[in-house]
This record gives sequence, structure tokens and C-alpha cells, in this order.
Amino acid sequence: MRLSVKKWLAPAVAIIALLVVWELVCRMEIVPAYMLPAPTQVVVALVDDAPLIWEHTQTTLIEALVGLVIGCALGFVLAVLMDCFETLYLAFQPIITVSQTIPAIAIAPLLVLWFGYGLLPKIVLIVLITFFPIAVSLVSGFRSVDPDQIDLMRTMHASEWQIFRYVKLPAAAEPFFAGLKISATYAIVGAVIAEWLGGFSGLGVYMTRVRKSFSYDKMFASILVISALSLALLWLVNVLERVCLPWKRAERKGK
Amino acid sequence: MQATQPALEACGLTLAWDEGDPVVEGVDIVVRPGETVCLVGKSGMGKTTLLHALAGLTMPRAGSVLLHGKDVTGQPGRISYMLQKDLLLPNLTVIDNACLPLTLAGTPKREAREKAQPLLERFGLSEAADKWPSQLSGGMRQRAAFARTCLMGNDVVMLDEPFSALDAITRVDLRTWFRTEAQAMGLSVLMITHDADEACTMADRIYVLGRPAEGMPAGIIGEVVPDRSAIAPADDFSCTQEFLDAKSRVLDLLK
Repeated sequence: MRLSVKKWLAPAVAIIALLVVWELVCRMEIVPAYMLPAPTQVVVALVDDAPLIWEHTQTTLIEALVGLVIGCALGFVLAVLMDCFETLYLAFQPIITVSQTIPAIAIAPLLVLWFGYGLLPKIVLIVLITFFPIAVSLVSGFRSVDPDQIDLMRTMHASEWQIFRYVKLPAAAEPFFAGLKISATYAIVGAVIAEWLGGFSGLGVYMTRVRKSFSYDKMFASILVISALSLALLWLVNVLERVCLPWKRAERKGK
Repeated sequence: MQATQPALEACGLTLAWDEGDPVVEGVDIVVRPGETVCLVGKSGMGKTTLLHALAGLTMPRAGSVLLHGKDVTGQPGRISYMLQKDLLLPNLTVIDNACLPLTLAGTPKREAREKAQPLLERFGLSEAADKWPSQLSGGMRQRAAFARTCLMGNDVVMLDEPFSALDAITRVDLRTWFRTEAQAMGLSVLMITHDADEACTMADRIYVLGRPAEGMPAGIIGEVVPDRSAIAPADDFSCTQEFLDAKSRVLDLLK
């Protein structure tokens, strides 16, 4: 069998097999239906509740996107400043490393306490967790530039801005997109976590409500939507990367 | 040889890292207009340090660099240089890489490309003009880098082991190619290499850089002039007795 066919066929068969086993376990009542709904029940729940879920999805999506955009912008500004001023780099590098170890779930309740139940605490949380992967990847990208390249630019009378625009920014583009992929998935998860802890709308709010009414099939439906949202956002970042970095495609083909 | 003013002249250059002992001491180098001069030395003799100082990227501890009689010590951008690494920017096409010196100086993109086009044609790169550097072979990349070096618009060019990263056949081809092109364009060339073969193939004159005694800073320990009078410029010099004479003199000095 050709490798390209194997590449999609193998995971497809594995997923279908897993779903069939899951369906059978539920149908044969090995696990009670109220604890673990069958995949078909989850799909039915999703279709039944679609309008309501869509409404909540919109809130989550807006929070995630707004947070992600602000997080990217702040991460970019900090990375540029850290690249320009060595002292800032030395000062912030350890803070960034430590801040990465703080789990989102630990600060989310504080944010709800400080900023209430509206959109603000959600967006602040997403900014906090998406900002660091972006800043870290950009800084390492800026610093990965070959010093000889900068010397060469200097012999061509390039200004600092031109060195940034022609050499540093393109060098940081690939790590930036790697960071953006991590941040994009964090953004959706971050939004849902913040919504669990209090809010009026959003997939996290929907999940807490259906959990309280023991509608586990709806709970699984919302998990399905969250995972689909993350995948869609990843796909979007991939498309953006292809458009923004046309030379990378040629490099991959060459290999 | 006529007593014309040298294109490039180093007078008593002494170089050191910070407060340490000098790496290179009292180096005098003369490159006459249109001449190709090689500087041969073993690794660790400070060849690249010397080139950085000549390019104006670092200040020497003592001595000066004269370009057509004018003091340019510590001023980058007066002399074009090219390294072993081609340093083509991966995110620019071959033609945009070649005309980078023009673009950086503010020439509109279209005009810059028009200027680069004939040079690319001459260097056998017109087919590759719109490709990414990653799609080119090592030899083509180095030719593109030379096109960029030419478009820096300086008549003095310095090369730091420009062919040493290439495969053996391409390297030999490019040596002759480069010598012919540089002569046709009237460039004055100073080339650094550790390869006696390369120096004897390409140079009108060869300086040997070495330590006069163990533990002393490096300096010029000898000069060799290969006798090219017996052969036509286009013929292969590397198969003649004169070539072997020059090479054995260089190797003796390097011992």
C-alpha cells in the first residue's frame, strides 16, 4: 500500500474502531447509559441542542479570538523590547519561565473575583496564557539570527529598522507560528475554564448547566464542539502560516 | 608594476580582543587596482579577525585601513565582502537577494531588479531569479551571493573562504569562474583562504600569514607571486610547473 494512503487510512480505521467499541460497550449496557452516553446519543444531543450550543459557542469563540489577538500584540511588543534592550531581556526571561508554570485554573477564580462575571475576566485570562508562548517564541526567533548576517547588513549600510524588517522579523516568523499554534489551543481551553467559574454565556457555562441536570450526552456534545473549535483554529493558523511564509513551502518540498 | 595608488592598503594593523594580547601584529597589505590578492594562513591565525577589521566592522588597536588613499578605519560599507556562508535571506527570492544592497539604499524595487537582471544573466542565474534560495545548489547560491556583492557597488571586494563549503568539483569550477569575472569587472580582490591550491589558482599575489615564532602574534611571514606569464589567462594554470613552484613556496612558508 502506498505510504500516502496508509497515512490517512491507519488513523481513520483506529478512530472508527474506537467509536464502534464505545458504541457496543454502551449498547450492551456494560456501563450505565447515564454515566457514559453512546456516540450516537452524543450526536443526537448535539443536533437537538444545536441552536443553543451555537449561541454559547459564539461567546467562547469571541472571547478566545479577542484574547488571542491582544495576547499576540502584547507578546510582540514585549519581544521587540526584550530584543532591543538586553537589560529587559535579562530581567524578564526568568519571570516568563516561572509564569509558564502557573496553571490557568489556579488564577481563573481570582480573575472572576476581581473582574466579575462578564467577558473581561475571560479575556484577561486568555491574554495571560497566550501572551507568553508568543513572546518566548518571538524572542528566541529574533536571537537565532546569525551575527554574520547582521554584519553583512551593516556593510550594506542597513539601518536598525531594515535589519529588523529584512532579517530578524522573517527569522522569527516560523517560531512565532509554532507559538501561535500552542496559544490558539490554550485560548479555547482558557475560555472554557474561565466560564466554568462563573458567567452568563459560553460553552463552559453550558457545560456546568447540563452537568447539573445530569445530561451527560449534552456534556459530551459540548466537549466535541470544544475540540472541533480548537482544531478549526489550528487549521486557520496553518493556512495563515502558508500564506505568510511562502518560502517555507519550497524548503519543505526540497527536503 | 607601476607605482599607482593601491586600491586597498593596510598599514601596520594590530588587532586584539579587548585587553588581551594581540592576535595579529603589524600587518601590511597592499591590493593594487584590478589585482586579486590571497591571504593564506592556517586556522586560528586571525584571518577572519583581520577581515573584520579591514571591512570596518571592528577598530584595530593600532594601524589604519586606506581605501584609494583615504582612511576608512572602522567605517563599514566601503568595501564589499562575502563569506563562506552565502547568507542569502531565505525569505527573499534570488533576484531580491541580489539587489538587496540597492533596495536597502532606497532604490525602488522594480528599478533595482532591472539593474540586477543583466548580472544574473551573466552569472547563469536568470532561470533561478524568481526561486527561493533553498531551491538552489550550493554553487548557484554562492554565485547569487557574488551578484549581491557586486551590486554593493564597491570596486574593492573581500572574500573569506568563499568556496570552502562547496563540493570539490563546484569549488574548482567557481575558482576559475570567479577570477575571470572579477578581472572582467575590474574588481580589486582580497581573498582569505587556508587552501594553498586555491590561493595559487586564483591569486596574482599571495601573502602568507603565520607566527614568526611560537607564542608570538601572527603577521605576514612571506609573499609569493605565482608566475602566470607563460600561459594565456583562460588556460588552466593549475596543471603547470609554475603553479607547483608557487604552491611549494606557499607550503614551505606555512610549515
